[in-house]
Amino acid sequence: MSTPPSPSPARWFRALRRTRLGEPCLKTYPLECVDLLRRARVAFQAGRTLKENFRLAQLEAVVRMLEEHECDFVDALGRDLHKPRFETVMSELLLVKNEALYAFSNLKKWMQPQHVERNLSTTLDECLVVNEPLGVVLIAGTWSSPVQMCLVPLVGAIAAGNCAIINPSECTSHTSELLHRLIPLYLDNECFHVILAGASDLPEVVELKFDHVFFTGNREEGNRIAQAAARTLTPVTLILGGKNPCYVDCQCDIATTAQRLAWARFHNAGQSLVAPDYILCHADVKARLVQALKCCLMQFYGPDPRESRSFGRMVNLEIFNRTRDMLWRSGKVAMGGQVIEAEKYIAPTILTDVAESDPIMQQDVFGPVLPVLTVNNEDEAIAFINKQEKPLCVYAYSNNSKVISRLMSETSSGSFCSNDSILQSLMVALPFGGVGASGTGSYHGRYSFDTFSHRKSCLLRGTRFECVTYLRYPPYEDRNLSLMTWASTLSQKSQGWCQIL
Amino acid sequence: MERQVVQRAREAYLSGRTRPLEFRLQQLHALQRMITEKETEISTALKQDINRSQYDTPLLELVGIENEIKLAIEKLAEWAAPRSVERNLLTISDEVYVQPEPLGVVLIIGAWNYPWAVTLQPLVGAIAAGNAAVVKPSELSEYSSLLLRALLPRYLDKDLYPVVTGGVSETQELLRLRFDHVFYTGSSTVGKLVMEAAARHLTPVTLELGGKSPCYIDKNCDIRIACRRITWGKFVNCGQTCIAPDYILCEPCIQGQVVECIRQTLLEFYGADPKCSPDYGRIINQRHFSRVMSLMEGYTPVVGGQSDASQCYIAPTVLKDVPPHSRLMQEEIFGPLLPIVTVSDMDDAIRFINEREKPLAMYIFCSDKKATKRMIEETTSGGVTVNDVMMHYTLSSLPFGGVGQSGMGCYHGKHTFDQLSHHRACLVRSLGMESVNLARYPPQDRRRARRVRMALKSPLIDMSKRTFIWAVTATVIGFGLFITLLVILLIAAGLNCTCWYWRGFYNYF
Repeated sequence: MSTPPSPSPARWFRALRRTRLGEPCLKTYPLECVDLLRRARVAFQAGRTLKENFRLAQLEAVVRMLEEHECDFVDALGRDLHKPRFETVMSELLLVKNEALYAFSNLKKWMQPQHVERNLSTTLDECLVVNEPLGVVLIAGTWSSPVQMCLVPLVGAIAAGNCAIINPSECTSHTSELLHRLIPLYLDNECFHVILAGASDLPEVVELKFDHVFFTGNREEGNRIAQAAARTLTPVTLILGGKNPCYVDCQCDIATTAQRLAWARFHNAGQSLVAPDYILCHADVKARLVQALKCCLMQFYGPDPRESRSFGRMVNLEIFNRTRDMLWRSGKVAMGGQVIEAEKYIAPTILTDVAESDPIMQQDVFGPVLPVLTVNNEDEAIAFINKQEKPLCVYAYSNNSKVISRLMSETSSGSFCSNDSILQSLMVALPFGGVGASGTGSYHGRYSFDTFSHRKSCLLRGTRFECVTYLRYPPYEDRNLSLMTWASTLSQKSQGWCQIL
Repeated sequence: MERQVVQRAREAYLSGRTRPLEFRLQQLHALQRMITEKETEISTALKQDINRSQYDTPLLELVGIENEIKLAIEKLAEWAAPRSVERNLLTISDEVYVQPEPLGVVLIIGAWNYPWAVTLQPLVGAIAAGNAAVVKPSELSEYSSLLLRALLPRYLDKDLYPVVTGGVSETQELLRLRFDHVFYTGSSTVGKLVMEAAARHLTPVTLELGGKSPCYIDKNCDIRIACRRITWGKFVNCGQTCIAPDYILCEPCIQGQVVECIRQTLLEFYGADPKCSPDYGRIINQRHFSRVMSLMEGYTPVVGGQSDASQCYIAPTVLKDVPPHSRLMQEEIFGPLLPIVTVSDMDDAIRFINEREKPLAMYIFCSDKKATKRMIEETTSGGVTVNDVMMHYTLSSLPFGGVGQSGMGCYHGKHTFDQLSHHRACLVRSLGMESVNLARYPPQDRRRARRVRMALKSPLIDMSKRTFIWAVTATVIGFGLFITLLVILLIAAGLNCTCWYWRGFYNYF
């Protein structure tokens, strides 16, 4: 396994100086990106990323980077989001490591060309599908899970043999700066670059022409990226946030439900793309659910969550203000509601008596606020969910499997989970992505590899048996056509069709 | 008007009619009946549009559609079933699967070169996946689009699968509305506009665009057969095929031979005057006729070159020694002109292809398997056919699509179904076994963290080589120990029984 080339002394100095003084990183302007893109393209065309050994080495390097700098990541995320150590390690670092190891052990199998089913006319030929890298891809992460959203797609891009330019979100400045410093030390310097472009500059960067753009974020930004990509005919994968509904049925174990819901909603201080956004609770159990949620919160974070080491903070003032406004103008506070601007702290809050027209139901909730709406039965819940845009996830809690299947088949979303939340997005074997307004494309595990590959179909024929092929050439005759129609009916039973052309 | 049509389709889709598999199968059967019953009308329409010969129509278009329908009918239950996936320790007792679901209302924009194939094949996939579809055939193939508009409502559900005809303004009006997927076949310039319009609604697209498909002829292959196949592929439908070999790359030493073989083949196929041959097509309209003629300006063809503007007829034409920077080599020809560009060897050809945009298809005529493999690895394109042209289109198990400027997404067979479905990840858990979950809730500590780390570990079984070797060694040692134990026990017990045995043996004697 070869070590990646060391960066130049000047770059070392700049990196060291930056971290020591703790100053924020300089933004990368689109003009600089042109140069980085050119270098990545040259490296790709030289064929460096095509070899299996290279890809395996890079994947191993990613794992090493996470293991050796675990403390740095915990520290950076702690400073950005006040993320507890447990959450950083579990939901960010472990996830990326799992993906990298999964890709590492399956890479050989994924890289093999796939032989496909043949028909009568191609029985003597080789028909296969070859997986090729696309070229240079752009991966833009989001601030809610900064490490995971950048590095999991990167694992897929590396496994597929592409070069990549990564853009971690500018909101989590410490984490982006850490990635900017670490990646050149572990991964190949020509193939993989980290840029720090702002959200408003991203469409301009996309127009520089990449071979694929992978974007995670909110809907407005996703829209702008999609349009910029359309102008250059670049395929995109968009993972956009939405309002994830959660239905709680009358027949369910309230204590367990409340525990799972509370964990899902309030981890990372509610700043998650896959957390349940609002609850549609059956009227019979609503009071008990709210009570159970209060107990759980007390259990998790103690009487004063501000003192708890397990509770996070808002990432910046903009999000803090937005969440606070939504909180103050919607429904009734059943628990929590305290805010402290200096610390960007919002207490875990449960809102009841929320109306559909309230501000909190109009936008995605990126904070530790859980609105609880009442419905009379699952029909109302399904109707409510279908009125909104298709979300990233739909959750349902019930002991009745019929209710679960109804909820699953009559709604549409990127993914579905019953009696739990978020777990379906952590599994390496399930595709994670959106549909409709929550995005296009999916990733995780094999799906990341497929997202960043082009499946080229190859048909390798021979030049013999021209006597059969001649049937398709002009001048056309009735005799030839009837021969071919006869041959076509012959093989209908076996495979469905034959086309001797 | 378009708005109402789309609204009706959406309402029909939301009513849930398309969900049951029986409905989808019934629609597919109806579509199949339409193709078989109306074959003559379709051939007539195509003859009027593009002067397609009556033998070409079933061969190139209808057989393909029929086969797609038959495949979809046969495999629909399999495709629409939930697909189970690998579980990890945490989810070992849960149901984990991927469920294909319909997207909603799909817009299918067809092209004029194969008006029935490129419009109806995506429609088959849309119906199979349970979507509603708005079909917009190309206005340039007038008779075909009018016929489709008359026929489709008679066989398929009127609300779910409406046909919208019209020109540029109607298409733009349609694109302003919101769909759940847009499937477009056509040119790159319009493809960009379609993608931009779709991006405004965050609609995913499948684009089947064109490109200049190179065709490399190695000097050590059977040139006669190669030229015959290339000639067929290039001049069928008068060169107006998205996957037709656009230009030939060969070494200067065989160029003359190639030209001669093509000339001979053209005589065989279309006779001395292709204008009189019933099997040779015409250019679709005056605009394209002028475009193709202008590409030829300044070059003298070695074969053909005649044209007749009144009939939109261009003779099968071959040009040799075409310089790489000429206009002929800048845009997709989409006509019966075949330029030959000389390259010094295969590496030069690879370099030439890689300098340009990624094409929709690439053709290699070479008898050396290693060299062919190398060429496939070092270049990229939507698809490749070796020692023939266009045949990778006919196999429905191969995904057909472009890459880069030649398009995105793929279809044919199961791939159309997958492209027009949403693959929803489903995790069905139970509310029991909460004790396992306690580890993930705050407040956390090291012990819990270790437990969660183990539960989330993936893959479930460590398939690495080291573990495998340890497992095998351990099994062998264990087995060996077991055998030893058995032998010892046997000897210990057997000292008596063997003695008894031998005693018995002696007694016998």
